Amino acid sequence: MTNMKRRTLLKGTLAASAVGMAIGAGLLTPRAVLAAWPKDAFDAKSVDAAVSGLFGSAQLEGSDKIKIKVPDIAENGSVVPVSVETDMEGVEAISIVAEKNASPLTSSYNLGPGAEPFVATRIKLGATSSVIAVVKAGGKLYSTGKEVKVTIGGCGG
Amino acid sequence: MKKLLSIVAALGIAASLPYTANAGPEQDLQDFRAYFKKRFPQVPFNEFGNGVYAIDAESRAQWEAIEDFPPYEPSIENGKKLFETPFKNGKTYASCFPNGGIGIRQDYPKFDAASGQVVTLEYLINECRAANSEELLPLKGGPIADLVSYMAYTSRGNKMNIVVPNDPRALAAYERGKQHFYAKRGQLNMACADCHVYNAGNYVRADLLSPALGHVTHFPVYRSNSGSMVNLQHRYAGCNEQVRAKAYPLQSEEYRALEYFHSYMSNGIEVNGPGSRK
Amino acid sequence: MANTIKVRAKLAGDVTTVKALISHPMDTGLVKDKKTGKPIPAHFIQEVVCEHNGNAVMTALWGVAISKNPYLSFRFKGAKVGDKLTMRWVDNTGQSDSQETVID
Repeated sequence: MTNMKRRTLLKGTLAASAVGMAIGAGLLTPRAVLAAWPKDAFDAKSVDAAVSGLFGSAQLEGSDKIKIKVPDIAENGSVVPVSVETDMEGVEAISIVAEKNASPLTSSYNLGPGAEPFVATRIKLGATSSVIAVVKAGGKLYSTGKEVKVTIGGCGG
Repeated sequence: MKKLLSIVAALGIAASLPYTANAGPEQDLQDFRAYFKKRFPQVPFNEFGNGVYAIDAESRAQWEAIEDFPPYEPSIENGKKLFETPFKNGKTYASCFPNGGIGIRQDYPKFDAASGQVVTLEYLINECRAANSEELLPLKGGPIADLVSYMAYTSRGNKMNIVVPNDPRALAAYERGKQHFYAKRGQLNMACADCHVYNAGNYVRADLLSPALGHVTHFPVYRSNSGSMVNLQHRYAGCNEQVRAKAYPLQSEEYRALEYFHSYMSNGIEVNGPGSRK
Repeated sequence: MANTIKVRAKLAGDVTTVKALISHPMDTGLVKDKKTGKPIPAHFIQEVVCEHNGNAVMTALWGVAISKNPYLSFRFKGAKVGDKLTMRWVDNTGQSDSQETVID
């Protein structure tokens, strides 16, 4: 897709987003959302502790069925696009772990009914690090990782 | 950095300067374009509007991922809202601009013969506010960047069309801007041209230096660095400070002159702002 | 906080692709305020839930390492054009926002 096309498309989609309506916070049934936040996993200082904190085990089986898309060299460590996708069956959760971050767990995604095993987001990387995708499927944990170089310093301000 | 530059100069790269003294804007523009065409022969002319993303595939891929849902969208939306909200006296910004302010970004900065001043969109926004008894906006970030983002967005696809009329005051402002661009300044003793002309495409530590051709088309930019919108003169101040020179006040005559020259050099390249950068 | 969520949901075949951009500082608590020298307190979204037909199709648990003004994309099956989708976030200070969109 050329840049011009993308920009013309953007004009259209910007108009379309006016369709979304702002609804008050009472729309969803109240539940103890904060209680469900896995504090120990997010505070953990190692990959193993983070994964254990989430899933009760750090036993990861390497899998080439997981596709993780991250840049080789991050243009900016504050905004690193990441996407994880797999064609495995029975995926319940996907987690993204940045090995060298002070707290390696960046996020975890619980798939509900009908959800496809795909997630994309943008993360912060503190330093050159392996970014590891953990997939929980059929009760087991699988993973794959890719190194992302983070360079700091220059004139960019 | 100085050593690097003297090595570069020794290699004769600086030999083909993109300007001749006192040649006039049209000749300067031809020379400027010729220089960048020679330096980056693979880059189609209009693509220079994408800066480093026109010359580096790796960062381009990340930029495209981010453009999938651009972080500057809230700025455009807020800018539109601000633009359309009437002042206390009932008037709107539309009354202060040609074509109601829509699709005009490519014409600015403009030389205003009546006042003898080079006027930018930010300058006119505040002039409009003053004329309608509204408080002036701070000249960087926040609402003014959002307004300019919106105005840029409505102008996407229009080719930059800065006019330097045959008026000695306009030519003087143009020359002043050109002077600023090529003059060394600050403790690091560097000119805008040192990075963005002679070293365009090279790295200064982790940063890839963008070519000055097409520089202005994508401003204001959402910077991942700060998570906020940065307009052009805000960046000028940042760059001045980074070579440890004292920044000029935003919208001062000096920066308006610089923006005049700098924008003229992007003539013919399509407006594609607002943009997102690292 | 209100009106912080921009969400788009597009159906292609039987898969709906959802993309969202949320305005939120996602402060880590580790960065010092340049003016005061004091750390800016952690202020980040902890959970994002997307509901369709009463089901939470995606629950994202986030930490401080998600970028400022965060982006999220996921896909799911089982929706039709015209269906409503609701996205809600809650942050560590208890603030929240939600947005409804229509699948197109």
